Amino acid sequence: MASASIEEKIERGAGLATADGGEPKAEYGFLEEVRSIPGGEGVDLCIQCGTCTGSCPNANEMDHTPRELIAMIRAGMRDQVLSSNSMWYCASCYLCTVRCPRGVKYTDLMYVLKNLAWQSKMAKRGNRPLAMARSFVDVLNRFGRVHEATMLGVYYFRTNPLTALPLAPIGIGLLTHGRLPLFPHRIKNQAQLQTIVRKAQELGGISQ
Amino acid sequence: MKYIYYPGCSLESTGISYDRSTRAVCRVLGLEMEDLEDWNCCGSTAYFAIDELLSLCFSGRNLALAEGQGGDLVAPCSACYTVLHKTNRYLKDYPDVRAKVGTALAAGGLSYHGGTKVRHLAEVILNDVGLEAIASRVQRNLHGLKVATYYGCQLVRPDVGFDHPEFPQSLGTLVEALGGEAVKFPLMSRCCGGGLIMSEEQIALGLLNKLLRSATDNGAQVMIAACPLCHLNLDAYQGKVNRKFGAQYNLPVLYFTQLIGLALGIDPQALGLDKNIIPATELLAAYV
Ligand code: SF4
Ligand code: SF4
Repeated sequence: MASASIEEKIERGAGLATADGGEPKAEYGFLEEVRSIPGGEGVDLCIQCGTCTGSCPNANEMDHTPRELIAMIRAGMRDQVLSSNSMWYCASCYLCTVRCPRGVKYTDLMYVLKNLAWQSKMAKRGNRPLAMARSFVDVLNRFGRVHEATMLGVYYFRTNPLTALPLAPIGIGLLTHGRLPLFPHRIKNQAQLQTIVRKAQELGGISQ
Repeated sequence: MKYIYYPGCSLESTGISYDRSTRAVCRVLGLEMEDLEDWNCCGSTAYFAIDELLSLCFSGRNLALAEGQGGDLVAPCSACYTVLHKTNRYLKDYPDVRAKVGTALAAGGLSYHGGTKVRHLAEVILNDVGLEAIASRVQRNLHGLKVATYYGCQLVRPDVGFDHPEFPQSLGTLVEALGGEAVKFPLMSRCCGGGLIMSEEQIALGLLNKLLRSATDNGAQVMIAACPLCHLNLDAYQGKVNRKFGAQYNLPVLYFTQLIGLALGIDPQALGLDKNIIPATELLAAYV
């Protein structure tokens, strides 16, 4: 199995959502997993037309294009999909979603894949959009609102502090124009928000 | 009709002039908005990337608070708008998700029954106030000002139906009602890179370059935006785009509310025009 190329696997797996025989069932476990998560159902509708890929502003940066990603999900290629950079380059512009002739809500699917990649620890080390998202979540859980200065501090600490330097002119520009507050705005009822978050954490995620 | 204003985090920081101009313009237009009491961040695209259930709860708290206050929830930020809208959609379409979010909110003493309508500020101003009412209050006609109307992506997508998702026109009609001219701008609803500017700057700069070129090639003197993230990227990073691509853009980017405010005769300072990185003062001197 490990020797099969991506193309061969896609060839065998694409469109075989209900196929049995030939391949071991486990091969399709990933498809089941994705389609059972809210936002992931769309994988069954796809006709591989490539409109999403042609529309995506960042497809050329992705390890696998949006169309290819669905083929790989159907082919059960969990590791390759979840360790790819594709979903992390999705900017949530929704162009794929409004154009898909089959009504696949592709942007929703990208979030399903981001969640799975992070939660199953498959995302590659050095994934900057993921590091940024984590810094964001840390700040939100603390203050209830965004505070750019803290968030960037956590982010650069987590990635590479030296890469913060080229950003300095932008930061200074915003600061001198009164657009970068030094102190965070906190919500008043932080206790309530934290209770809600703690409860939600017990509920085992968005899928069943 | 009661409106509940949800400024969102950016309008307290990088987008502060959007908040100022919104409040000033609404006052003149007689659009009364009550702030959402003790709102929290919508969760944004970043929280959704990490844990969708938690972010639905984050966003759900705002919807529940708004339901308690009773009225349409108005978001000036396109990202907040899309996230709050998505939360409503998920709570409606997925009963299990609704149950879980309900359980979490209940732990905090809140409940949400799906009754909060989420709207973008631009849609409220254009549809509820209307062009005629705006035009009738114009004090300084923006005659001849060539404006590129930038919608970005999330204002017109994915499924909201306020305007065409790819070739929207509403901001163009607004510019004309103020006396200006909406230039041809083919990339008006293409992506600015959004939050990727912070983690994958090179990719976002490439997208920004295309937008700026599309606008300036068509003669735009100024661009208007309806989202703090679009505005931040196009305004604060324009210098970086110039350096990376050897370009010489010098295109002031205004919030659409700032443009309305100018035409209504509101003091530029009260509209936060002094906070632009690419200064608009010289260009707009003729209109103030
Ligand atoms: S546009 Fe829709 S149907 Fe076509 S490949 Fe993409 S997801 Fe599949
Ligand atoms: S929503 Fe994401 S995947 Fe879809 S076109 Fe936009 S950037 Fe590409």
